[in-house]
Amino acid sequence: MTTKDSASTGAGPSLDVSDSEAARQAEGQAYFDRIIGLDSRIEPRDWMPAAYRRTLLRQISQHAHSEIIGMQPEANWISRAPSLKRKAILMAKVQDEAGHGLYLYSAAETLGQSRDRMMADLIGGRARYSSIFNYPALTWADMGAIGWLVDGAAICNQVPLCRASYGPYGRAMVRICKEESFHQRQGFEILLELSRGTPQQKQMAQDAVNRWYAPALMMFGPPDDDSPNSRQSMAWNIKRFSNDELRSRFVGMIVEQVEVLHLTLPDDSIRFNQDTGRWEHGPLDWNEFKEVLAGRGPCNAQRLERRREAHESGAWVREAATAYAAKQVAQHKGNAA
Amino acid sequence: MSAHGNPEEAATEPQDEPADSGAWGLWEVFVRSSRGLSHVHAGSLHAPDAAMALRNARDLYTRRNEGVSLWVVPAEAIAASDPDAKGAFFESPQGKDYRHATYYTRSEGVKHL
Repeated sequence: MTTKDSASTGAGPSLDVSDSEAARQAEGQAYFDRIIGLDSRIEPRDWMPAAYRRTLLRQISQHAHSEIIGMQPEANWISRAPSLKRKAILMAKVQDEAGHGLYLYSAAETLGQSRDRMMADLIGGRARYSSIFNYPALTWADMGAIGWLVDGAAICNQVPLCRASYGPYGRAMVRICKEESFHQRQGFEILLELSRGTPQQKQMAQDAVNRWYAPALMMFGPPDDDSPNSRQSMAWNIKRFSNDELRSRFVGMIVEQVEVLHLTLPDDSIRFNQDTGRWEHGPLDWNEFKEVLAGRGPCNAQRLERRREAHESGAWVREAATAYAAKQVAQHKGNAA
Repeated sequence: MSAHGNPEEAATEPQDEPADSGAWGLWEVFVRSSRGLSHVHAGSLHAPDAAMALRNARDLYTRRNEGVSLWVVPAEAIAASDPDAKGAFFESPQGKDYRHATYYTRSEGVKHL
């Protein structure tokens, strides 16, 4: 992720300036296809099809935005976490989410988009982020359910992305995945403690699982037959498995884990299909998913407003740091003279 | 080569874009994971100056004891080889197998060699 990387004029095989644009495109495409065919990695200054760049930029920036917005439901509980230990853990987790956002913004920048532009798109309501963060975190048990189910689904989605064909994205994902496993385990632990607590605490844990189950399954995206971009993303080695395949894999994992918690999943249709080798689940409300994505979820407006507010109230810090840096440079020059 | 990339994009940037952090340059971060090892590229970040870049790098790339030493380098100070010249630039080692120990096979079976 270097500046050189960020200059995205799209370099590829050597060509004469006199060559026609079409020939340059054709040679670039052949070069790109060869690298993808070898399951190797595309690096920022390589030639790449405009659609590949666009797809990655959309996916990586949306992913970055999700991490940044994802700080909110949990930051909201830091002051009310039940112990000093839990506060410290939650702060570490929220700080990790900020870090993940920054790794991903860096990766997106190598495709030629400025960070300011991405930030402006997010707070201007022009960018998307994961639908999951538009649901409210109502009780302390939600911190458990978010860690276990939401971070769990994210890990399931993200582990294959470590092998995404775009180098900077894959490298960011490796770092992120290493950190996510703590997130999931701490969530599981919160639920386990509640489940072993008083009947009211156990009920609170169950209620949180009931509310987060379906939104977590929808994090994998629409069903395969309604996911028009998936096929191309898989051909480009960005995506390695389909939405339904990953969702089914996740259901298989949590169906076992929920037994350790002595809780239940709010879905009577879960079963393993011997013929397809896949876990099946009950119907999901895809209209709700589309509504939330379109900005009409329970917390969309609140999340964006909070982000805008944080950006604006941090402006003086950024300005002060810039002014201080300029002053240091001026002083340094003065001393040198 | 600006830190903010593609000149084609610049023309389409919306007017309401906040310009405040635009002045913050891009820094590349290198982390030495333990004594005796080289600094390795970890990623990049934006900062107004070297001191802030180092602090940000500590928070961003060493939250779990990943390093004992950090370097931050203004990204614009890095010179990179041209991917256009990939073949030609790295051509010279080709056909020079004799630079590798494996080229010398007649000593096979001889101990400590």
